[in-house]
Amino acid sequence: MRSVSVIGVGQTKFGEHWNDSLRDLVTDAGVAAISDANVEGKDVQAVFGGCMAAGRFIGQEHIGALLADQMGLNPLPAVRVEAACASGGVALRMGYLAVASGMYDVVAVAGVEKMTDVSTEDAAVALAGAGDQEWELFNGATFPAIYALMAQRHMLDFGTTEEQMALCAVKNHGHAVSNPYAQFRKAVSLEQVMDSGYIASPLKLLDCSPLTDGAAALVLCASEKASKFTDKPVDVMASTQASDTLALHERETLTGLKATQVAGRDAFKQAGISQKDVDVLECHDCFSIAQIMALEDLGFCRKGTGGKFVEEGRSDKDGEIPTNLSGGLKAVGHPVGASGVREAIDVVRQLRGDAPKEVQLKDAKIGVSHNVGGSGATVVVHAFKRGF
Amino acid sequence: MAGIIGYGVSIPRFRIKTEEIARVWGKNGAHITSGLGVKEKAVASIDEDSATLAVEASRRAVLMAGIDPQKIGAVYVGSESKPYAVKPTASIVADALMAGPDLMAADYEFACKAGTAGMQNCLGLVLSGMVDVGLAVGADTAQGRPGDALEFSAASGGAAFLVGSKNVIAEINCTYSFTTDTPDFWRRQHAEFPQHAGRFTGEPAYFRHVVSGAKGVMKKAKTKPEDYQHAVFHQPNGKFPERAGHMLGFSKEQLQTGLVTPSIGNTYSGASLIGLAAVLDEAKPGDRILCVSYGSGAGSDGFDITVTPEIKNKKPVVSVKQLVADKQYIDYGLYVKHRRKLKSL
Amino acid sequence: MREALPLMWRNIAERYNLIGTHCATCGSNYYPQRKVCPKCRRKGQLEGRVFPGKGVILSSSQVFVSPKGFEHETPYWLAVVELDNHAKLLTQVVDSADDQVKAGARVEVVFRKIYEDSHEGAIAYGYKFKVVPGGK
Repeated sequence: MRSVSVIGVGQTKFGEHWNDSLRDLVTDAGVAAISDANVEGKDVQAVFGGCMAAGRFIGQEHIGALLADQMGLNPLPAVRVEAACASGGVALRMGYLAVASGMYDVVAVAGVEKMTDVSTEDAAVALAGAGDQEWELFNGATFPAIYALMAQRHMLDFGTTEEQMALCAVKNHGHAVSNPYAQFRKAVSLEQVMDSGYIASPLKLLDCSPLTDGAAALVLCASEKASKFTDKPVDVMASTQASDTLALHERETLTGLKATQVAGRDAFKQAGISQKDVDVLECHDCFSIAQIMALEDLGFCRKGTGGKFVEEGRSDKDGEIPTNLSGGLKAVGHPVGASGVREAIDVVRQLRGDAPKEVQLKDAKIGVSHNVGGSGATVVVHAFKRGF
Repeated sequence: MAGIIGYGVSIPRFRIKTEEIARVWGKNGAHITSGLGVKEKAVASIDEDSATLAVEASRRAVLMAGIDPQKIGAVYVGSESKPYAVKPTASIVADALMAGPDLMAADYEFACKAGTAGMQNCLGLVLSGMVDVGLAVGADTAQGRPGDALEFSAASGGAAFLVGSKNVIAEINCTYSFTTDTPDFWRRQHAEFPQHAGRFTGEPAYFRHVVSGAKGVMKKAKTKPEDYQHAVFHQPNGKFPERAGHMLGFSKEQLQTGLVTPSIGNTYSGASLIGLAAVLDEAKPGDRILCVSYGSGAGSDGFDITVTPEIKNKKPVVSVKQLVADKQYIDYGLYVKHRRKLKSL
Repeated sequence: MREALPLMWRNIAERYNLIGTHCATCGSNYYPQRKVCPKCRRKGQLEGRVFPGKGVILSSSQVFVSPKGFEHETPYWLAVVELDNHAKLLTQVVDSADDQVKAGARVEVVFRKIYEDSHEGAIAYGYKFKVVPGGK
C-alpha cells in the first residue's frame, strides 16, 4: 500500500438550502474541492460519494451516477457509499483504499445529504433507518431516543450529568461562531441548553444535532504525485473501520461504542501514534453524549470520565485534545451523508493552517477524524498528518 | 360434564370519574353518579383495543387453566368495537396464545352478549366432542358519543373463558337463550357511535329479555332463586341488574359479588363475563351461580353453573378486585385523546 | 416501511410471543432471532424458543418527539430491557408511573397495539412492557 494525501477540500455552507437540490449541493462542493486541489477534471479517475438516504429524503437513488454526471466527470466510474451517518467517512475510506492500492492516482470523494425537502416527522423515520428498522423504529424509537438510552445509562453508571452533556453543546456552538460554513454561528449558554426542552430524556433540543442540507468533498492523490498539484498536502496516516450490531439493545454495553474503540485502537496502531500525539480531533457529536463517549472510546480519557473531562475544559481549544473546533455536528450541522467528509476536511484545514483564525491551532501536525454510522454499528476513524 | 376450566380478565388502568364527564357537559355529577350507579369507568389507552384486551384476558385464562394452548380447538371473540370491521380478532388472539393454526375461529357480534354466545358455542363443541377445549372471549372498548348519556358508562374491558371437560372448575349445567327482534340499541354500518332508543332500552328490551332468560334457564335447570349463592346479570349500569334481580326474587346479597359495573362502567361484551369472573374469584365448591347476559337487538343467554372442588386447585392470575383497584385517573382531555374522540386523532 | 405489510406479518410470531433464538452450543439467547450465532458462527446450534416475558430495565428514556405514526402517543417511555434469560430488547414501557420507569425496575410483557398504517390501515400488534409494582 502506498501513501495517500488529501490535496484539496471544499464544501457548501451547511444549513437549510431552500433553493438548492442535492445535485446542486454536491456539485458545488465537488467543484470547490477540485479547484482547491488544483487538478483538472481529466486528472480525476474515480468518484466515491457518501449519501445515506436520498431515496427517502428526495426519492432519488443511483447517486453515484448522479455525482459523476453533475460534476461533469462522465464516464468515470462513480460509486455511492452508504453507511448511514458514516456514509461520508466510509466513502473517504473507499477512496483512500482505491488510491493506496495503486488502482488510481487521483480520486474525488464527496458526501451529501438534502434533508429538508421532507417533513421533520418523515426525516425522523428516514434517520431511524440507520438503526434497526424492524426492532427499534417499529417500537417508536427515534435516533435521539437511542442515544438518550445510552446517556441515561452513562449517567447512572458514571455520574455523568446533564450539565456536562450540555457543556459539549455550549463549547461546540462557541467554536462555530467563526466557521463561515456552519449552520448555527451563534453561541448558546448552559442555561439555554438546559432549558431547551426534552426531545428524549435526558437529551434536550440543544443536545441534538440539527437537520441539515449540505455537501463536502475532497480530492485524494497518491502522496508520491501530490507535489504536482499542491505544496500543502495532508497525508492519511490511518484509515480504519469497525462494525457492531445494528440495534443498540444487542450490544454488550450501552455506555460506549465498541466499534469506536476498535477502529480507534486500530487507527492509532496503523498510524504509529498515541493519543498524546494528536493535536486536533473532529469527533462525531450527533448528540452531546456522543462526544463524551467518543473521547472515552478513542482513549483520550478513561471510560466514565468523559463528562468531567469536558467540564474541566480538557477538550477545549487550549486543552489537551482540542475537539470539534469547527463546531461539530452540533453547530456546523449534520447532513448525514456529508458529515464524515466534513469532519476530515476540518482536520485538514487545521493541519494546513486554513481554519478560521479564532479557532486555528498553532502548529497542528496530527489530527484525527471520527465518524459514526447509526448508533455505532459503523465507525470510521482517520488519522492525518501535515505533509509539508 | 363440561364447563369452565379457566378464565381471565383484563381491565385497562385508566379511569375517568362520572363527575368529570358531567363537569364537561355542565351536568350534575352527583345526580348522575347515583342515578346510574356508576362512579367511574375504565378507559382503554391509545394503544389498547378489544383485540389487546382479548389477548391479555385469554393469556390469563390459559395460565390459570394450566393447559397447553395447542389443546384449544376453537376461539370465538365477541365484541361490538372490533379493531377491524372486516378481519377477525379471533385470529389475533389465537396467534398471541400460540393456539393455532389447527383450530376454528370467528368473531361474534350480538351487542353486549357476543361473549356469552361464544361460550355457548364452545360448550356445544366440547359436549359434542368436536373440540377438547374452546375459548370464548367478550371484550369491548365501548364508545359513547360525547355528551350522550352512554358516555357516562361506556367502558373498556374483557374476559376470556376456557370451556372444557377435564379439570372443570365450574360446570355449566345448562344454558338457555331468549331472542326477539327488538331494536333498542344499534350501530349502523360506518357509523362511529351507537345510538339507543332512550327509555325503550329498559322495560321491553333489557328487563324483558334478562328476566325471560333467567326464568328460562331456571325452568330448564329446575331451580329457584334461593338455590343460587350468586347471580350475575348483564350490567349496563349499577341499577338495572339490581332491579332485574328484584323482579326475579334475588336478594342484593346474591348480586353483590358479581356487580362490577359501578367501579369500571359497562364493558359491553365483557360485562356479564367480568361479573362471572368476579364471582368465581370468591366462589366455593358447591356454589351455584346464575349468569344471564343481555345483548341489544335483542337477546339474553342464561347459564346455570355449579362450582366444583377443582376450583380450590386453580387461582386466577389476577383477581377482578385487583384489576379494579389498579387504576390511574385521567381527566376529560386525556380521555378524549386516548379514545380518539377528536376528529383529527 | 409502514406500507410493507409482509414485513410486519413475517414477525408476528416473534413479536406476539417473544420468540427468540437460543444457541445450544454456547447458551446465548438472541432477540430478535438470528440465523448465525455471532459467537459460534457455523458451530452454533440455533433453535427458536419462547423467551420469558419478565426482565429488568437497563436504561429508559421518555420520548417527547416521535417518528411518524407515534405522534399521538407522546410522551412515551422506551427502555432497553434485559429478559430473565439475559436476552435484551428495546420496548415501550406503558401502564407505569413515570417515577417507576427506571433502570433496575422489574417489568413484565403486555400485548399492545404498536402502530397503525393510518386510520384505515393495518394494525401492528406486539409487545410492550410494564413495571411490576413491588418488583418481584
